[in-house]
Order: sequence, then structure tokens, then C-alpha cells
Amino acid sequence: MAMTLSEKVFQAHLRDEPFPGTKVLGIDVVMCHEITTPIAINDLVARGKDRVFDPEKIKVVIDHVTPAKDTKTAQQGKILRDWARRHAIRDFFDVGRNGVCHAIFPESGFIRPGYTVIMGDSHTCTHGAFGAFAAGVGTTDLEVGILKGVCAFREPNTIRINIRGKMPEGVYAKDVILSVIKKLTVNGATDCVIEFHGEVVRGMSMESRMTLCNMAIEAGGTSGVCMPDEVTVEYLWPFISSEYKDKKAAVSDFRKWWSDEGCEYVMVLDIDVTGMEPQVTHGYKPDQVKDVSMIAGEPVDQVYIGSCTNGRIEDLRVAAAYLKGRTIAPTVRGIVSPATPKVFRQADEEGIIKIFMDAGFCVTNPTCGACLGMSNGVLAPSEVCASTTNRNFNGRMGKGGMVHLMSPATAAVTAIEGKIADPRKYSKGGAK
Amino acid sequence: MKEFGGKVLFLDRSDINTDEIIPAKYLTEISKEALKPHMLEDLKVEGFDPWAAGVADARVIVTRANFGCGSSREHAPWVFEMNDINVVIASSFARIFRQNMFNCGMLAIELPESAIDRLFSHKEGAKVSVDFEGNKLTIESAKGKEPFEYSISGFDKALVEAGGWVDFADARY
Ligand code: SF4
Repeated sequence: MAMTLSEKVFQAHLRDEPFPGTKVLGIDVVMCHEITTPIAINDLVARGKDRVFDPEKIKVVIDHVTPAKDTKTAQQGKILRDWARRHAIRDFFDVGRNGVCHAIFPESGFIRPGYTVIMGDSHTCTHGAFGAFAAGVGTTDLEVGILKGVCAFREPNTIRINIRGKMPEGVYAKDVILSVIKKLTVNGATDCVIEFHGEVVRGMSMESRMTLCNMAIEAGGTSGVCMPDEVTVEYLWPFISSEYKDKKAAVSDFRKWWSDEGCEYVMVLDIDVTGMEPQVTHGYKPDQVKDVSMIAGEPVDQVYIGSCTNGRIEDLRVAAAYLKGRTIAPTVRGIVSPATPKVFRQADEEGIIKIFMDAGFCVTNPTCGACLGMSNGVLAPSEVCASTTNRNFNGRMGKGGMVHLMSPATAAVTAIEGKIADPRKYSKGGAK
Repeated sequence: MKEFGGKVLFLDRSDINTDEIIPAKYLTEISKEALKPHMLEDLKVEGFDPWAAGVADARVIVTRANFGCGSSREHAPWVFEMNDINVVIASSFARIFRQNMFNCGMLAIELPESAIDRLFSHKEGAKVSVDFEGNKLTIESAKGKEPFEYSISGFDKALVEAGGWVDFADARY
């Protein structure tokens, strides 16, 4: 029978079907951060079950508020740190080595095609970019994942999105996913996996694919998924080179996870990117999306470039290409947060950090920071932020604040003008 | 198993997200009790005042579509639990929130939009009672009594009976 990628992953990981329609899967990677894990740890301790199913399969990072900003965040870090030591969890990323979870875990080679991945974080869907089934869960699911290495799911339906055409200048993966969310609406993909297909996706880097999959949850999706191919192999090669005789062998092995011809989709959506404008959200829901030309000129107080959506090297390169030789408006606070130390170092070596600083940006350490309004750029009531993050909810970046989601390119030129601006009007690499 | 039912808090809006249920700034708390006073603090809904009398003694929430979207934070069901609310009735839920409710042994009940409209027509002083065994609930107000049937999956029902997913999973795996 023709199967989708996630049906294949479910079949390969099925441990139990306690009730019709509920599948309990073995989990390959359980990822943990300091916001949602400490309560699970405390509960396990209180139950006298302070154990982990497999310390090799548990990956831990402190990323949301780091370095700690107060006693409470210090305590959260300490609970996680002590627990990781107690159970000899090797892959633990603390201050100096830490970065945003959905950037640092894939960068470390932890995700493979066909894997099952859970984390107490809704943007876990990002890792589907590798052809994995990766889903955000709550603390209780995480707790059971830590203890037993299993998680229960209803088998998701699959939505197929074919992305075709030629990406116009100034349009990036972020614009594509915003336009997808606009079409699907904020709950159009609830209980569904969103598969991204088509020539545009095949031509995308892993970074861009992660940007696409990252925001599947903004349409309610359980996971975003791309078919693992040459690009996936190239990205993973440093971690898998001992497992395959050559890259071709890895590509053909990964092929087994691809959705079969004739498999069942609940919806197929075709998107032609030719002629697409850069996309920007307005309002407090991520499906409230407009063409940049409809919203250009609206003033902003802050520009934030970073997060698990757009804090990777490719994103910083794009923003820097627009910022080079230019300075940001005096009315704007520019903040850039490279998503991982590796991204930071690479940006430094490529001269990108200097470009940001010359333009007038503040460069923060790798952290979630302002994305969820916990540190490094919280807004005052009535302030407006142009942001490369993924959520524009009311109060997300600070009570009473407004967030416009956009690509790093649009954010960069918005910083230059001090108001929402169209990157297509700018040449890259210095003032015209 | 928990006791279900009681006075209703109506939240007449779709897409209420978990940031609105419990803002991120309280996620640094490591005890559920500390969340209690901050329930729905940032929620903007016509006619809803989080500090108004009547919110405190609510036991059931009735709301619209896509309730609990956004962040995976289980702090959302916990802040309800800490305020003795353990039933949410909506026309649809975000997946993670829905599962978090059942994982905590609480009820997330989906009803068609027409039924939700009828629940809303009861408004002032309404109470809901839940017949968990029979998959039925009844709303009662000055308007009278009205029964509804609902369905939840066998798995979700078993989670509620077990007192949550940790106990269920620990006994079985
Ligand atoms: S960067 Fe933002 S969306 Fe991503 S994991 Fe951190 S808080 Fe969540």
C-alpha cells in the first residue's frame, strides 16, 4: 500500500496500539530545554522515578533565558544541569556552548531521516526538514518520553504542498511559509503533517527547509516534513560518513522514507512563487499576512533578527547583504541574535558581525531572548517590532507590544528605514 | 479521577493561544501553584475581565475554535487546574493543548459549532454537569436545562480514568 513519509515512520516505530487510532511510538530523540523540562524532572523525583530511558537519546540545552537573568531562571538552569549530570547525559549544552534548541540540535547532527523526535516545545516540527516525524509535546508527554522512550499520537493526516516557480529577488523561505499559513489559516493543518514538495523546496538549503517546517505549527500542523535528498545528505555527511560508503548510498537509503506515489493526502495545495511579494504579518495571528507593498511605511521601534525560524547563518548572510555599507534608522533598536555559537563564529569569520555592528545593531549571545519576550529586547506597551521570529501573538514580545513577522531581508531593510520596507527596492552589498 | 462540572466561564473568541492563557513571563516558575493568580491575564475578549468576580468560582470553560493554539506549554492546563477548572468545551482544539489536558487527567471536549452556539445562549449563571461514563453533559441556566452528547477517544478516556498519561504509561510500558 502506498504510504506517506509519516505513515512509514509510524510503522517503523510502533510499540503499542492501546486503543484503535492511538499509536504509541518508540522515540529516537527526546530533546529538553529549561522551560518545560524542570517540572517533569521534579515530578519524576517526587514519584521516586528519577530515571531516564536512555541518556544517549536525550539531548539537553539551556536556551530560552541564558545566561540566567534572575534567581528563578538560574534555578531552572540548575535543575536541568544537575539532572543531566546525575544521569550522565552527554549532549548537554550550557552557557558558552548553547544555542536555540531547533538550531543547535540539527547542527549537531542529532536528527536523521525516519527518526521520531519529541520535545516540550511547539516548534519541534522544525526537524521534519530532515524527513523525520518531529512533534512538539507538553511536559507530561516529555516526562513519559524521558522515563519510557515512548509517546502516543493519533496517526496524522498529511497535507501536501507543491511549491513551484522561480523565487523572485527579495523573496525567501520565510515569505513562502507565511503565504502557506495565510492559505491554510491558523488551524487548517491541525492533526496533520504538512509535506513540502516541488522544485523550489528541492532547491532549498537545509536552513531554508527548516524555516519552512518551523512554522508548520502556526497552521496547527503536527510536523512539517521535507523528503530527504542530496541536500540532506550533504548537511549530515560529517555525522554519517562512517555509515555509508559514499553520498550516493546515503541518498538512496534516505529515499526509503519518501512518501510513495499514490499515497493518501487530505489536501493538496499548489503554490507558485513566481511573482510572490515579500510577506509580512499584521495583527495578532500568524495567518494575518499581507504583501509588503500593502503595509510598507508603518513605523517600527525595534527590529529583531534571530530565533529558531531565522537565526541561522544563511539568514544572517541575507540580512548582512542588505545592511552592508548602510546604517539603521536612529529611531530603531536593532537586535541580532545568532542562533548558535557556530553560527556566531561563522558570522564573525565572514565579517557579518562587523556589518551588523557598523550598521548599529546590538549583537546578543545565542538565545531565544526576545522571541518569547523573556529577555534581550522585551517591548514596552504600544511598541512595534519587526521580527524574523514565528509568533505575533498579542503580548508575545512584551505586554501590549505588536510584532510583525517577516524575513531577515525585509527585517534588515525595515531597520534601515525605521519603517516596514520592501527589500526589492534595495541592492544587496551596499548603498545604490 | 477528578470531579468534573460546575459554573461556566464563557470565552467568546476563537484562536485563544497559550500565551494568553498564561504569559511567557511566568514560565520561570517551577511550581504549578505559583501560576494560579495569572490565569488569562493577557486575554483580550469582549466583555471579559480576568479580575472580575465570577471568574474565580468557574469550573468549566466554554469557548470557540482552535483553543490553546501556539506554545506547547503545559502551564496552560496547569493554571486551569490550579484554579479548579478541569473541563474545557470548544468547537476545536490545538493538538498539543488537547493532549496536555487529557495527559493531566482533565477533559477537552469538542462539540460542533452549532452546539457551542447553544451553550453560549445560556450565558449568565450557567452550570455544566458532566456524565463522564455516559459521554454526556448538561448545561443548566435560567433558560432551563439542555443535554449534549460528546465523544472522546478510548485512549483519552482511559487517560482520564488513570489520572493522566504518566500513570497510564508507567503501568503499561
Ligand atoms: S526561538 Fe522562539 S519560537 Fe524558537 S524555541 Fe526559542 S522561544 Fe520558541
